Amino acid sequence: MLLKYLLEKEFKQIRRNPFLPRLIAAYPIFAMMVFPWVVDLEVRDINLCVIDNDRSAYSRRLVAQASASRYFHLSELAATYDEAMESIQRNQSDVILEINPGFERELMRGDCPDVMISANSVNGTRGGFAGNYLSQIIADFSADIARESPGSLIEITPQYRYNPHLDYKNYVIPALMVILLTIICGFLPALNIVGEKEKGTIEQINVTPVKKYLFILSKLIPYWIIGVFILTVCIGLAALTYGLIPAGNLLVIYLFAVLFVITCSGLGLVVSNYSSTMQQAMFVMFFFTIVMLLMSGALTPVKSMPQWAQTITWFNPLRYFVEAMRAVYLKGSGFWDLRTQCFVLLGIAGFFSLWAVWSYKKK
Amino acid sequence: MNNAIKINNLTKKFGNFTAVDNISFDVQKGEIFGFLGANGAGKTTAMRMLCGLSVPTSGSGVVAGFDMTTESEKIKRNIGYMSQKFSLYEDLTVWENFRYYAAIYGVRGREIATRTTGMLRELNFYADRDTLVKDLPLGWKQKLAFSTAVFHRPEIVFLDEPTGGVDPLTRRQFWELIYKAAESGVTIFVTTHYMDEAEYCDRVSIMVDGRIEAMDSPANLKQHFGADSMDGVFRQLARKAQRTD
Amino acid sequence: MKQLISFIQKEFRHIFRDRRTMLLLLGMPTAMMILFGFAITTEVKNINVAVSDASHDERTRRIINALAENEYFNLRETASRQRETERVLSDGTADIVVVFDENFDEKLTRGEKAGIRLIADASDPNTAITKINYTTSLIKGVESDWATSTPSGRIIPNVRMLYNPQMKSAYNFVPGVMGLILMLICAMMTSISIVREKETGTMELLLVSPVKPIYVILSKAVPYFVIACVDVLAILLLAVFVLQVPLLGSVVWIMVISFIYIAVCLALGLLISTVAHTQVAAVLISGVALMMPAMLLSGMIYPVENMPVLLEWLSSAIPARWYITAVKKLMIQGLDISYLWKELVVLSFMAGFLLFVSIKKFNVRLQ
Repeated sequence: MLLKYLLEKEFKQIRRNPFLPRLIAAYPIFAMMVFPWVVDLEVRDINLCVIDNDRSAYSRRLVAQASASRYFHLSELAATYDEAMESIQRNQSDVILEINPGFERELMRGDCPDVMISANSVNGTRGGFAGNYLSQIIADFSADIARESPGSLIEITPQYRYNPHLDYKNYVIPALMVILLTIICGFLPALNIVGEKEKGTIEQINVTPVKKYLFILSKLIPYWIIGVFILTVCIGLAALTYGLIPAGNLLVIYLFAVLFVITCSGLGLVVSNYSSTMQQAMFVMFFFTIVMLLMSGALTPVKSMPQWAQTITWFNPLRYFVEAMRAVYLKGSGFWDLRTQCFVLLGIAGFFSLWAVWSYKKK
Repeated sequence: MNNAIKINNLTKKFGNFTAVDNISFDVQKGEIFGFLGANGAGKTTAMRMLCGLSVPTSGSGVVAGFDMTTESEKIKRNIGYMSQKFSLYEDLTVWENFRYYAAIYGVRGREIATRTTGMLRELNFYADRDTLVKDLPLGWKQKLAFSTAVFHRPEIVFLDEPTGGVDPLTRRQFWELIYKAAESGVTIFVTTHYMDEAEYCDRVSIMVDGRIEAMDSPANLKQHFGADSMDGVFRQLARKAQRTD
Repeated sequence: MKQLISFIQKEFRHIFRDRRTMLLLLGMPTAMMILFGFAITTEVKNINVAVSDASHDERTRRIINALAENEYFNLRETASRQRETERVLSDGTADIVVVFDENFDEKLTRGEKAGIRLIADASDPNTAITKINYTTSLIKGVESDWATSTPSGRIIPNVRMLYNPQMKSAYNFVPGVMGLILMLICAMMTSISIVREKETGTMELLLVSPVKPIYVILSKAVPYFVIACVDVLAILLLAVFVLQVPLLGSVVWIMVISFIYIAVCLALGLLISTVAHTQVAAVLISGVALMMPAMLLSGMIYPVENMPVLLEWLSSAIPARWYITAVKKLMIQGLDISYLWKELVVLSFMAGFLLFVSIKKFNVRLQ
């Protein structure tokens, strides 16, 4: 009963804030429309610079095959290696393919000619991919030529499950929803109690007989509701604009979302309780959010991390939510497949909520 | 039991610093008790302990019939508090602030509305009930803060420098509110550094460097120190102070 | 001048007294560097593979053995039926399932084509393609061992990774972390600390004092400027000595470009503080308008080349993008300053423009 009045006050304050309602309404829309286009780690449009020292029919065929592929486009034909390096340094090319003189002659003779691939790997992912993929094209080219003589009999056909069109957006959008919820449902509560501390109103609350858990609950519930609202907007927008519809059950998504939002807002309040200024709260929150985000698998695969880092991710609520979102969205996993994640998240949610109540001191 | 507050040997230390040094006093029911002292003398710290906002290092006390150290939540049910820092929600309206605090103190739903209406009418605020608090002048805000502090009819009201920064006229009006509350039987515990206000109190205590140096009615104090105003009394005592801000 | 110094001292005292924030101001870059350097990689290894072998013959066994022995692959399960295949993929036991045709060996011996299907979990398309590529080349390798005669005319690609032979992601992230941290400290923290004084009313006190308003602002900015410089140095030291990222270019120029970037950030912080009236507003504006774009559109994590044209243009307006590119060029590619004039000009222009606008706005507010 009292909770009703406490909640009413929190909602009124949120509504009257000149920024918050606009932020809560506009941010998810903006993020869903813009970020999927940005958050794109797919490697493509690799600029290829070719030094063709052979200028033969075969070398030209190789160059044509490489530039026709989905990933490369020919940016420059350089005469010398220095010229090619210059192009790399000016960021006009990403990878150099150098064909030695005598390439065709050696091939015809049945020798194995070298070609040089030099990839700019300041960005390791991009460089590695360019190198690998160009090697693959050359291997295919070799095989094509060899096919004119007896060659490979094994036919390899790749099949891509869960994301047959290899659309990176499908992979990123579920994680993006997680990030959005983290930001809104983590940062806003973090600013809340410390805000009352700076204004002095918390003092007035502390001399009242209000129960700690009720007061904290009244601070948390608005963000739970906001979180579910934002998620709904995101799911709707993902379906409308990207045609991305969860393969699994929506209820499982909401179950996880509720647990996650409880965790996040709990963490936010804990930070708020321990901070004495908003600046401090902001900074601490920023730190935790960045670390959790990087260690969640939302941006880079957890499996690629070293063992110690993977151990840290066991304690990261984001990890479980990201896993669950992707599994439900792409693989159509059900509750039973995700029960482990669910129970761990439930535990973490309980932990942070209790901590939020405990760390709020009325003295 | 005629004491609203009864304090024995109360001490509060922060590290090596003794903010409140072994103070003892009683406040009778219905009394207006002035708690005076220079800045940094320990008034606010002492008051925060009485309200259950801070735990004493040693000593004991009974406030509104409950033990300070073990029953602070019960004390909170029976006191009102108005802090030095203005502490109503600026982004809520007058009406909403009343409603919020009334609910917290467990005033029942229908009762909240009737009491709020009554209170606002009495203060001539009824027309402004839907105004956001931040749009009100300071004097009004302070009157409102006082009204919220006594809204749930507490036994004791603690006022921490309630009239800081307002003009003399508003201060007078404010004291009229205090008298009115005292007449209805509420015990008033007020800190101030306006010495003219000290004259309005039934009894005052003067704190210097964490200790209570004098405690009596204003008339007796003036006689004892041979001063013609409370200001004179205060200046004599304050000369002894070692602490500075 | 004396006044200014005492003001700056006061601001420093404020910051140093808050131990927790101090700790974070220095701890945050350290933690980010360590995470980026050691934990965050996109390198594909530990590919979990399951095999569905209906043929059970000499050749399939040899391919399976090759998979089992290769360091990149973990052979997890030999699923035999179709249903099993679905299960191992969906519960994540395997990333890729290798399915052999029936009578694989027979077909090959008869000189017919024999098929292998590679079914991959393509939730993450990037790693899926890489995994398929690895598996394909492994199988091709085994096949070429069988061939009695050496295959004629194979081209041997000789791959060299320029600048970053071990393909460490730290190389890419270090400049990004610098860009982000400086933005956080100089823009966000400065704006919050100015608005805080506005909120508590102490700003008015300072402004009615005989001190020139510009000094008030300067005294707010200087401590953050110093902390930012300390952080840049800390990041560079960590990068070189802990992460073994090379520092090929000139340190002097890195510091010069960092100063310009810091000036840009401080100006942005000041600008925000003139617009925002509450700390929450300052936080939200700098979060939404500065931090998010700096993280997403600067090329720190997500390559600018991949963005749609409109966003690519937008990213040109983001100071962090220019700063990060410049630091990458200087630090990792070891290019000299003649390759950087564009970044230098853009950043200097931004710094000048933003400082002009924000100081002008600040003065207007005073009148």
